[in-house]
Amino acid sequence: MIVTRALTKRYGRVLAVDRVDLDVREGDRYGFLGPNGSGKTTVVRMLLGLVYATSGEIEIMGRPVPSRVGEVLPRIGALVEGPSCYGHLSGRANLALIDAAGKAGPRRTRRRRIGEALDRVGLAGVDNRAVKKYSLGMRQRLGLAAALLRAPRLLVLDEPTNGLDPQGIREIRDLLAELNQGGTTVFLSSHQLSEVEQLCTRVGIVDRGRLVLQQDLDALRAPTGRVVVRTPDADRAAALLDGRVDERDGDRLVIAAADPAAVNADLVAAGLRVSEIGPERPSLEELMLSVTGSGSDRIDAGSGDGE
Amino acid sequence: MITVELVKLVRRPRSWVSVALLCGLPVTVAVFVAVTHLAPPPGQGPALLSAVLTNGSLYPAAALAIVLPLFLPVAVAVVAGDSIAGEAGSGMLRYLLARPVGRTRLLVAKLIALVVYTVTAVVAVAGTSYLTGRLLFGVQPVAVTSHGVTSSAIAANFAATSLSGTSLSPGEVLVRTLGAIAFIAVSMLGVGAIALFLSTLTDSSLGAALGALAALVTSQVLVTLNAAASVSPYLPTRYWLAWVDFFREPILWRNIERGFAVQAVYVVVLLGAAWANFATKDITS
Repeated sequence: MIVTRALTKRYGRVLAVDRVDLDVREGDRYGFLGPNGSGKTTVVRMLLGLVYATSGEIEIMGRPVPSRVGEVLPRIGALVEGPSCYGHLSGRANLALIDAAGKAGPRRTRRRRIGEALDRVGLAGVDNRAVKKYSLGMRQRLGLAAALLRAPRLLVLDEPTNGLDPQGIREIRDLLAELNQGGTTVFLSSHQLSEVEQLCTRVGIVDRGRLVLQQDLDALRAPTGRVVVRTPDADRAAALLDGRVDERDGDRLVIAAADPAAVNADLVAAGLRVSEIGPERPSLEELMLSVTGSGSDRIDAGSGDGE
Repeated sequence: MITVELVKLVRRPRSWVSVALLCGLPVTVAVFVAVTHLAPPPGQGPALLSAVLTNGSLYPAAALAIVLPLFLPVAVAVVAGDSIAGEAGSGMLRYLLARPVGRTRLLVAKLIALVVYTVTAVVAVAGTSYLTGRLLFGVQPVAVTSHGVTSSAIAANFAATSLSGTSLSPGEVLVRTLGAIAFIAVSMLGVGAIALFLSTLTDSSLGAALGALAALVTSQVLVTLNAAASVSPYLPTRYWLAWVDFFREPILWRNIERGFAVQAVYVVVLLGAAWANFATKDITS
């Protein structure tokens, strides 16, 4: 669906994106993660033909971008760096203008499509007030509605849940999952780990312009071959499993064993109480912290221009 | 896309307020002149205004002379400066281009909306001031000489027939006023082209509008400066007032033609530059 090869963007002396090889497959829910300023948005803009790459290639739906971007954009719904609208117009008027712009969808179905899009994002009952009076969350929903106007095959979303409350975030997550079930590939750029962790099937992590990791989330979060146990009888458990305890932190033990059930059986057979047991899985947060540096919004003393 | 741009123009309160203000200024001036009967002496104040006291059918031309030096260029510069930079500033530019709207198409649509706005503004000023002129000053045949209408109309006031003057029928006045409207619209398009070009350079519509106005002020200063005489034929404002020559008998085409030519060059070059810049620009707004 999206393939980039050695995609590079240089702004003057700054290398914003450095030889990124993305591979987003059809039907993926792809989480594009990275600290602030790591180049996520620049990549998204290059995918949409807004920013021209310094070198490297992009292919979307089999067509080269930006040379034939006009052919693929009609099948892409995009939300880039927050929603935008004409503040003095109503939500519906905004959607109508956006729909009429460019290679318009069929005019006679416009009203219906706008209604459906608003319905999907939970704004079906919206009245005629001007968008400048909308809350941030409503604008975010309106921006999503604009992305959904033409039933896109690919959704490119940059921080789509910004400004939404937990309820709204969940609604949007369910909506994206539902769209994905219907065949839409979702490319979600975010720095919010929980969002990606709960929605995505595949992640790419970018750090300082480089793609440092790209893999299926299941594979990343596969059990590490160790078991985590919590037990009030930690001392006795440690003695029993001596030699297999890798780490101990209070009542929490990490044991070098592949099967939690077997460990559990051993502990219980010895009369020890187990309050929690399960396979150890790396959390996305640990993964992310292990492969990325701090974001560009942190500028330590003596680091000069932050590089 | 053109329709979309026109809809945006029409639905924007600013468009209407600016046109209303443009039309309001000549009406205000007309009311003062009509009430006090104190027209500026010939050769002073806005062109043709001295003549309107005796003849309202010249008021459209006089009204254009009133708004031309500042008001009209400001309005055009604001609208043109907003065209791309305004979309960038509001964040809509990225969504329009990702829609996709081709960059060239967007620029052309903006240009057409700008032309529509400019022509509407000029015609609206001429139209409302025609009504104002008729109501406040009445209509008489216009006498013109090779020295222009200003003196001859006054002369015609004293002597029923001027020896050197020729009377213009209302139809001829209309044709000549239309000529003046076309000339002024093209001059304003020159202003618009400057602002539109700057609008592709910056994300601040205010910056683009002010930049265009700064260019005009510079040009105005240089036009009056003898030391800059060598460049003055190429300055955008050099022939701005040449449309007054439509109201001479015979019409003095020389400056009118040069005015059209200078504006055409500015429009073509600046629009070319705007296109070249916009089509290859990274959109980071």
